[in-house]
Amino acid sequence: MRSTPAAPVDAGAADLVRSIAAAHRAEEGPLLVVLHDIQRELGYIDPSWIAVVASELNLSRAEVHGVATFYNDFRSSPRGRNHVVVCRAEACQSVGARALADHAQATLGIGFGETTDDASVTLDQVFCLGNCALGPAVQINGQLFGRVDGDRFDALVQKQGR
Amino acid sequence: MTSSSVTTVYVPRDSAAKSVGADEVADLIATAARTADGDVRVVRNGSRGMLWLEPVVEVTTDAGRVAYGPVNPSDVRGLLDAGLFDAAEHRLRLGLVDDIAWLKNQQRLTFARVGVTDPLSLDDYQQHGGGAGLRRALAMTPEQVVDEVIESGLRGRGGAGFPAGIKWKTVLGATSDRKYVCCNADEGDSGTFADRMLMEGDPFTLIEGMIITSYAVGAATGYIYVRSEYPDAVATLNSAIEILYAHGWLGERVLNTGHSFDLSVRVGAGAYICGEETSMLESLEGKRGMVRAKPPIPALQGLFGQPTVVNNVLTLGSVPAVMAESGATYASYGFDRSLGTQVFQLAGNIARGGIVETGFGITLDELVNGYGGGTRSGRPVRAVQVGGPLGAYIPASQLELRAGYESMAAAEAMIGHGGIVVFDDTVDMAQQARFAMEFCAEESCGKCTPCRIGSVRGVEVIDRIIAGEDRESNLVLLDDLCNLMTEGSLCAMGGLTPMPVRSAVRNFAADFSREPGDGSSGTADNENAVASSSRDPADFATSPRRPELDTEVTT
Repeated sequence: MRSTPAAPVDAGAADLVRSIAAAHRAEEGPLLVVLHDIQRELGYIDPSWIAVVASELNLSRAEVHGVATFYNDFRSSPRGRNHVVVCRAEACQSVGARALADHAQATLGIGFGETTDDASVTLDQVFCLGNCALGPAVQINGQLFGRVDGDRFDALVQKQGR
Repeated sequence: MTSSSVTTVYVPRDSAAKSVGADEVADLIATAARTADGDVRVVRNGSRGMLWLEPVVEVTTDAGRVAYGPVNPSDVRGLLDAGLFDAAEHRLRLGLVDDIAWLKNQQRLTFARVGVTDPLSLDDYQQHGGGAGLRRALAMTPEQVVDEVIESGLRGRGGAGFPAGIKWKTVLGATSDRKYVCCNADEGDSGTFADRMLMEGDPFTLIEGMIITSYAVGAATGYIYVRSEYPDAVATLNSAIEILYAHGWLGERVLNTGHSFDLSVRVGAGAYICGEETSMLESLEGKRGMVRAKPPIPALQGLFGQPTVVNNVLTLGSVPAVMAESGATYASYGFDRSLGTQVFQLAGNIARGGIVETGFGITLDELVNGYGGGTRSGRPVRAVQVGGPLGAYIPASQLELRAGYESMAAAEAMIGHGGIVVFDDTVDMAQQARFAMEFCAEESCGKCTPCRIGSVRGVEVIDRIIAGEDRESNLVLLDDLCNLMTEGSLCAMGGLTPMPVRSAVRNFAADFSREPGDGSSGTADNENAVASSSRDPADFATSPRRPELDTEVTT
């Protein structure tokens, strides 16, 4: 189970960002790889690190900012300790995903893309987790769950130790 | 103890199986195996694709592998007490795997080893025919390999259906000292999971296909672009690549020939549009996933402007089967101009969901009501969406359609990546049409106006239709908008979003003329619904639908 501790924004973080970017500099088109690594190590991509990545990879800040903001995975602020992702695509819709999406938001008291006040859970939507015969599907901290109704959702979220 | 007395218990490591408790089941069985009389080992295989029976547990016997399922963690104690390691009788016992009609009636070529082998055992892989295609290809000239793939009739399984061999011929003929093979594993279509299951269940097959491709076109570098929603597939592929480097299948001098090929995995970042090939190439280059205008085609100017093969997981994963026998053998499956097999994925509200690999030409009815057994809810099938979020909604009355590229296109539908999502009679098709536009608005790369703006306007106009505002003229407006998006969009995202919308309007008109606020869907007035399970379930007597299949699996 991956946890995502919020890292302090300090000079140490910027140094780590620089070393991550430098480690991939020789690869072909490494920007996504670098951004993934930064987010894995530090939990998110602080806007102040964009310039660091840009200078290491010899790109413009606009290019790095453009990529960091285009993709849904990259976050500019830390996420909650647990990451709950609910599938909203057609196959899951056919077995109750709309109700599950409503339930998840109501139970956690947050909308998609938001984090609870105690920073325990960030809730996101996704369009397909590839578990389309066993929907509705939910992914919690990278682990996939199938046939999730309201009760099972509550039990799974509870189990993650909110 | 001799090796023949070793009992092997298989519990899938596929993430769908794990999503309903396979890890817990495997842990419990492994604990018991350590203290069992005799030699018992637990192997984590891929999934057989009988997903409604997961977690499926298999035990080796002299007669073959015996299956049990669905085995919930709470069933394991009783199963062990009954004599699981001796393949004893139990209410969950499904009998010999090879006798299960649901599997036996399929024609598994691409998925031949998925669920059979340990996905990361190269020995297992080769004992089950893996590597034969590569060895045969390496003994031929690149031109001969390309000709063989052309002869096989293999077409792009991502959905576009372009002949793979023709694409390869273009790349082979292009002059450049740098060429690439890129595997599109950005399987974002709802209702599709075959790429994931092949990558998790038999990664060597995909990689072997890519090595053959690289040899055929003269490419030295390859990438597999996997969506980030598939962390298990990424991990399995990375392990498989490491193993193949260690055994000389990848890197310098592949299997001691003059050919060299380096391969690595690149992970996407949550953008559906990166399943479009030019957008995927931009993403691989480390850029925003914005669609490129064609021409130039990627075969001539692809990754970093170099000649590039871009093929889907199932296309590349079918290449070893094509090369192991011959192109002509592969082409003997299928019908019309849709040759070979398709890996269909039965999804959504379906009783027996999973993987059905069989020759093209099977009817949707055979898939949905035959293999699928109708809906999971037990209510009548009302609509099936074939080919992902950009595919048409087909009414239950038209399930006699044969699955193939041209046959589906003639019915204003598409086969796409082979995903079939079933809806029962509680579905509101006006909401599904609205969702198609909403999805396009959410996932559009934003490069072209018809897609970026058209999808937003599409949501608005469908909302007005649902609200009962000036319906007649708004339906005309919607049709006009769909025309514009179809004709004016840069890629299939905007170009095909009208397909589900128009098919919903065409086939389920009643849902667009309901009184506003009437929450009911087209149940009673629906002329298209037919009873589910119209086929005799006894056809699949060895895999009966049990009551517990519908119950919650708790982990």
